[in-house]
Amino acid sequence: MFSASTEAAEVILKSGWFLENAFIIPIIPAVAFFLIIFFGKKMPMKGSEFGIVSMFAALVMSIGAAYQWIQRVNGVSEETYVKPIIRSWTWWQNDGVSLGIGQHIDGLSITILVVVAFISSLVQIYSTEYLHGDRRYTHFFASLTLFSAGMLNMVVAENMIQLILGWELMGLCSFMLIGHWWEEGANSRAALKAFFTTRTGDIGLLVGTSVLFFAANDWTQKTLGVSGFSIRGLSAWALSGDPSSAAITVGAVALFIACIGKSGQFPLHTWLPDAMAGPTPVSSLLHSSTMVVAGVFLVARVYPVFYEGMNIYGNSVNFIVLIGGVTIVIAAALAFVQNDIKKVLAYSTVSQLGYMMMGLGAGAWLPAVFHIFTHAFFKACLFLGAGSISHSASHHSFDMKKDMGGLRKFMPITFSTWIISTLALCGVFPFSGFFSKDEIIDNVGYAGYNFFMIVGLFGAFLTAAYMTRATYLTFFGEPRGAAAGEHHDDEHDAHASHDDHGHDAHGHDAHAHDSHAAHDSHDDHGSHGPRESGLIITVPLILLATLALGSGFLNAPAFGEKWENLKKWVEPRAEVVSVTGIAKPAGAHGETRLAAGSEEPVDDGHSEAADSGSHSKAEAGKDGGHHYSDCGSKTPVGGVCYAPQLKHAPFKWWKAGMSVGIVFLGMILSWLLCVQLYTRKNKKLVGLTERNKALGAGYSFLANKYYLDTLYEKIIVRSIAHPISRGAYWFNQNVLDGIVNGAGTSTRKTAGWVYRNVDQKLVDGAVNGAGTSAENAGGALQPVQSGKVNQYGALLFGAAAIGALVLVIINF
Amino acid sequence: MLASDVLVAQNVGFAIIAVIMVIGALRVVTTKNVVHAALWLVVVLAGAAAQYILLAAEFLAVTQVMVYIGAVMVLFLFGTMLTRAQIGAEKDLNNKNGIIGLPIAVLLLATMLIALNDGFKAEKLSADAPLVSTQQVSDQIFGIYLLPFWALSFVLLAAAIGAIVLARRD
Amino acid sequence: MLLNQFLMLGAVLFCIGVYGVIVRKNAVLVLMSIELILNSVNINLLAFSLRNGTPDGHTFALYVIAVAAAEVGVGLAMVLLMYRNRRSVGLDDLSEMKG
Repeated sequence: MFSASTEAAEVILKSGWFLENAFIIPIIPAVAFFLIIFFGKKMPMKGSEFGIVSMFAALVMSIGAAYQWIQRVNGVSEETYVKPIIRSWTWWQNDGVSLGIGQHIDGLSITILVVVAFISSLVQIYSTEYLHGDRRYTHFFASLTLFSAGMLNMVVAENMIQLILGWELMGLCSFMLIGHWWEEGANSRAALKAFFTTRTGDIGLLVGTSVLFFAANDWTQKTLGVSGFSIRGLSAWALSGDPSSAAITVGAVALFIACIGKSGQFPLHTWLPDAMAGPTPVSSLLHSSTMVVAGVFLVARVYPVFYEGMNIYGNSVNFIVLIGGVTIVIAAALAFVQNDIKKVLAYSTVSQLGYMMMGLGAGAWLPAVFHIFTHAFFKACLFLGAGSISHSASHHSFDMKKDMGGLRKFMPITFSTWIISTLALCGVFPFSGFFSKDEIIDNVGYAGYNFFMIVGLFGAFLTAAYMTRATYLTFFGEPRGAAAGEHHDDEHDAHASHDDHGHDAHGHDAHAHDSHAAHDSHDDHGSHGPRESGLIITVPLILLATLALGSGFLNAPAFGEKWENLKKWVEPRAEVVSVTGIAKPAGAHGETRLAAGSEEPVDDGHSEAADSGSHSKAEAGKDGGHHYSDCGSKTPVGGVCYAPQLKHAPFKWWKAGMSVGIVFLGMILSWLLCVQLYTRKNKKLVGLTERNKALGAGYSFLANKYYLDTLYEKIIVRSIAHPISRGAYWFNQNVLDGIVNGAGTSTRKTAGWVYRNVDQKLVDGAVNGAGTSAENAGGALQPVQSGKVNQYGALLFGAAAIGALVLVIINF
Repeated sequence: MLASDVLVAQNVGFAIIAVIMVIGALRVVTTKNVVHAALWLVVVLAGAAAQYILLAAEFLAVTQVMVYIGAVMVLFLFGTMLTRAQIGAEKDLNNKNGIIGLPIAVLLLATMLIALNDGFKAEKLSADAPLVSTQQVSDQIFGIYLLPFWALSFVLLAAAIGAIVLARRD
Repeated sequence: MLLNQFLMLGAVLFCIGVYGVIVRKNAVLVLMSIELILNSVNINLLAFSLRNGTPDGHTFALYVIAVAAAEVGVGLAMVLLMYRNRRSVGLDDLSEMKG
């Protein structure tokens, strides 16, 4: 669709109120958070109304912005760089360093905005029923709303500092929400683990941001007039040919470490399954569909930095692809040994995030972003489905083997939404997962990573198999435990006294059988056995399942180019954009597309002018007639690039057929195995792990999560903490003593004698003068781990005095 | 008065105040009575305020009087009274570290005095040096030192919250 | 006036403060000794400020005063807590961190 005209025709990019004011979106839930905190408990719905209303307002604004963005993109030809709507205000400044706060709205941020606002709204509605009567109901909604504010802020962020602000807000809310029922030790431990693990990664975020700032600031100030924190500046800088490869590689690797932590990639994925200790709506919103994709989002956001820093499309395997690929397989394998339905879903999430990362690492930017989009819907639906089961059918147990089974008869709506989402997750045509996941696998292969394409296919096989296992255990076979209506008769005596406990005592997710005493006295379902959940729970499920079914068609190359809407709307166009004028203030307009053939950049001074049309038609036709630019492969001449030119694998039915075939193979094999194992109790298969040593070893290797937790807690933490303290002790014992003793006249033997007699006032100490006082110091330093503050002070100042003395002596 | 007279007066003033401060400080660290120590500390702090005036820092002198003598000392006295039933001489105020404390302090002092004597010998503070106005200080605080100022604000906030959390009964 | 007279006064006060920190057992007295140290630093800052004719020393002296106020607040709260828990403010009794 590139025009043949050679003169520069100008196209006015459309904009609109929602686009220009998208920065308001995160402010709405932020305000709601304060309203909930201050007035929530006095409101008729205990504050949840503020949260729900704010999320709906954010949703309406996001959809408005999305609509206007589509108008904006549709208004210009396909080769025009559609400028993001960037607005920036000075947040604070300090002697030359000024930081902006504002918005950077483009296709990517709008996609995520819509997803976050939509799922947050549904989850908040769902929570009103799920957490009904919880003792920290108001605080739950406050945290949930603050989380949404943080995520939305991160998505619209104009610069890295604003992004970090949102990132950290999410981390905080994640901590509060995982530990929502902190009375139980396991929950607060899980919260701490999540916090510390992601924190480990966050070091990378700070390091990476600083490295990139110092490397890029000069260039961005000179060329674009924005600081080195600006996302736009960083993108242009990365592709400009200016950065030294060391700086950008270090920056990209450091940022990616943050993504590993936040998005649960190997080897920092261990926190995510534990995070399932939180209430199910939290798992659904934070730990499957939104917060954990923050890492993926960050990579997609400053993609040029990773593109250059990680040498994407280079010949060798890069860090991102490797981590993504490893994560897919190891997480999927772990999902087989879980009995807790939420943990299966958690590992599934980790595995799917691995797909996204692998896609990004292989240059499949759009499929990865699309997978964020579709994954959010079906994974949220699966989690809410699991919550629905535990809420209404299994007495708040999540144990598939003990308390579920045969539920399809009792919960038709939950069952059908679950099946739709499972098929979407497995990537069955025409469900949404097919269009995103298959595209990733396809593009990874197209980019030359054949091995990782096979990893992706194998991952798809595993996904199908473990989801079939979970579905079988939950919905098919014989009802077991709570699902069979068992009431734990031995505890029925307590029935009367528990009557008015209501939901106060219930709602403890993540723990299975043992705590049923508090639950099964529950009037609603204690005496009824499993049943379908109420409308407040099923309506969100139905909405999400609808989207899990349909959202794939937004970008369905299977049906031809006309169906590739998301590509048109979301993917930034890799065009050389001229920068007119040096050092324009941040956010200033005044960029026009460089007209090829003319030497001068075209600048009409119009704020929103872009010039479409004229550029070389060469190279076109490689990829379904698409236009190719040099962005990302060569240094842009006469302007800057904001996005690298990406490759797109042409859609082939045979490839899709193959991957769907693999998925079905996984499902069938898994189904047969499940029937044998769980229903027929086939003697040959049941207990195989106990009989066969090799299989048993494999099983315990998986059941212990590859011993990663052991590695972290027992080995790494200890090997760091203990040697440091031991080293400090050794230092005190040997080095300090050595110095002190050397300065004094006595030998080490005397110091040892002093140590043995340290309680004996040292009568001769005063007599022997300077030498003895050094001995005294030596004697006091030896039992240095005394725990006495004064002695630490003496040590500190003594060391300072000696250090100063050394300096003085040297300088004389 | 001649300029040289002022200079002499300044030097005499400095000497008197300095001697009082050193005596006061020594009493703070040697007295056997906690309340006396606090009162001696007042003397030292007031002396420091006087030295600030000699150093042409009137604003800081006033701040010193208000913050330290006005607020911090009251806090100390409160702290003493809340934690000590008896007000009066006590024996058990020092620990057994005296025998190391003295050498360390003397070593430190000797090192510093040698270094100072070596570094600045007889450098004079010129009487006509440009004086620093309070306005300049405020320009700096809200200008190039804004970030430390913010950090400080957080420190104060955290300290206020921390003190409340620590001290309240629950 | 000599620059050194102020600096030496600061040095003397500093060392007296150090001595106090090391030998005092009563937590309140240790806090007082720390105040001595902080004040000696302030004298140094102001002396150099006058010598250089720049306001930086004033600014940081103000910051030091603010930090000292915060430190005393928290420190005394801790002393109070300590007293409440063990009826003593002797630092020697606090040796749980003994290695």
